[in-house]
Amino acid sequence: MRFTALKKHTPIPGFGLTLGITISMVSIFVLIPLASVLYFGTTLSWMEFWHIITMPNVLYAFATSIGTSFIAALMNVIFGVLLAWVIVRYEFTGKSLINGLIEIPFALPTAVAGITLSKLYSDQGLIGAWLSQWGIHASYSHIGIVVALVFVGIPFVVRTVQPVLEDFDSTYEEAAYMLGSSTFDLYRRVIFPELKPAILTGFGLAFARGIGEYGSVIYISGNSLREHTQIVSYVIMQKLNYADYAGATAVAIVLLVISFLVMLTINAMHIHQSKRGGA
Amino acid sequence: MKRRSLGELTAIIIAVLFVLLMLVVPLISVLTNALSKGLDFFVKAISTSHVISALGLTIGTMIVTVLITGVFGVAAAYCIGKFQFKGKSILTTLIDIPFTVSPVIAGLALIMTFGRMGWFHPYIEAINNYFNLDIRIVFAVPGVILATVFVTFPFIYREIIPVLFSQGKDEEEAAAMMGASGWTIFRRITFPAIKWPFLYGIILCSARALGEFGAVAAVSKARGQTFTLPLEIDALYMSGSENGAVSAFAVSSLLVGMALIMLVIRSIVEKKG
Repeated sequence: MRFTALKKHTPIPGFGLTLGITISMVSIFVLIPLASVLYFGTTLSWMEFWHIITMPNVLYAFATSIGTSFIAALMNVIFGVLLAWVIVRYEFTGKSLINGLIEIPFALPTAVAGITLSKLYSDQGLIGAWLSQWGIHASYSHIGIVVALVFVGIPFVVRTVQPVLEDFDSTYEEAAYMLGSSTFDLYRRVIFPELKPAILTGFGLAFARGIGEYGSVIYISGNSLREHTQIVSYVIMQKLNYADYAGATAVAIVLLVISFLVMLTINAMHIHQSKRGGA
Repeated sequence: MKRRSLGELTAIIIAVLFVLLMLVVPLISVLTNALSKGLDFFVKAISTSHVISALGLTIGTMIVTVLITGVFGVAAAYCIGKFQFKGKSILTTLIDIPFTVSPVIAGLALIMTFGRMGWFHPYIEAINNYFNLDIRIVFAVPGVILATVFVTFPFIYREIIPVLFSQGKDEEEAAAMMGASGWTIFRRITFPAIKWPFLYGIILCSARALGEFGAVAAVSKARGQTFTLPLEIDALYMSGSENGAVSAFAVSSLLVGMALIMLVIRSIVEKKG
């Protein structure tokens, strides 16, 4: 990014027109509506704001959303890296099919994923009945929320790690192997450091998606206040349905701040990564 | 063929099991649930007046959404891909905002802008009074479209921009030096390069627009009028009856069918591009 003139000289026409369209549209469709939320937020006093966001149900919702998103993102990293590894490194029948099936969460609209998972993991469902033999009741619990978030988040991790593994220079690996390093050392010292930025980005994307997720979670979670299975988006929607706009806005602003912090962290890692790559 | 190590075999088995259990079983269970009361029930469930109205609105919303995000995507990618200017990195950050915002907040944002509490509401009232109209944005079709546009806003732009970056701008500069007009340059040089990613972005955006739930749910309350398919599925499922749940899965399978067609087209486009 160069901060020279307003526009660096180039003979290509169309700068003013396309910049005008871009700025107008992003303002109308995204920035002005979001600014309205922040503007309405400023009409609340600090006391009101603090009172709303420290209500027990709101605090529980934030704890539930952050906690389940964190665990789900962690599981997505474990299985996502394994899937990317298997798809890039190994040859087996049906590999391209497995690669294509990773996209299923994109094909199932969130509400559809929500009702399907809720049914599957209930005590009468195919997977839920099996789990309940061990006393695990997945639907209408935190486990159910994690299951839904793992489902929607897995493609983000796989598709972030996959290209890095594909470009991976195997000469280092071979060198380390030739020099007699153990397999464990090879993974820990050669492969993991190379993959780390992609893994962190994938984790961040899955985590950010989980924090804001709504449709896939609300059916399987059961939304019980007593069991602490309400997520933040559900609380905002509930407040909207009761026309409690002040409450919805205050909670939304806190959620926005958290999402932006996660995104800023991811971007910072990207910049760090590209600087390293450019050296 | 070389012998697999134990580690390799375990990794493959775990990966395949994960995909089957976590991804394939849910997909199949949509279909088995949809057909659990027989084909007649299925056909009846997907041909109620509510479903047909929701299907129409869903497809209409998808088309308008793609038109809006398509125009934006091409203009923004051209502007950001071909020119250096002050504030570019801020602009690209702003465009990506919808990726990080919860869809429910997108709905809330529209209510706080155009709803009774919103600062824009008095202007809509004024226009309505002056022209004797009854324009409504939230809790009406425009709100459904705006909510869908919000959540899919950067999709097409995101697909085009890497291609424009890697293409560079030498060809455009040469054409401009030789006196070609802006439109000619775009039509003859830029557009052919971004044709496939543009189409790819349209498909991604359409698939997402079909299934958007949270943002639309916040600004749409009238079943049979402003309900899209995901909202109709929610209403059927939450009705609590066994028939309602099976109907919800039947309508879901309709939606999943449309989304799967999109993904198949996408993989064809991906090979072409």
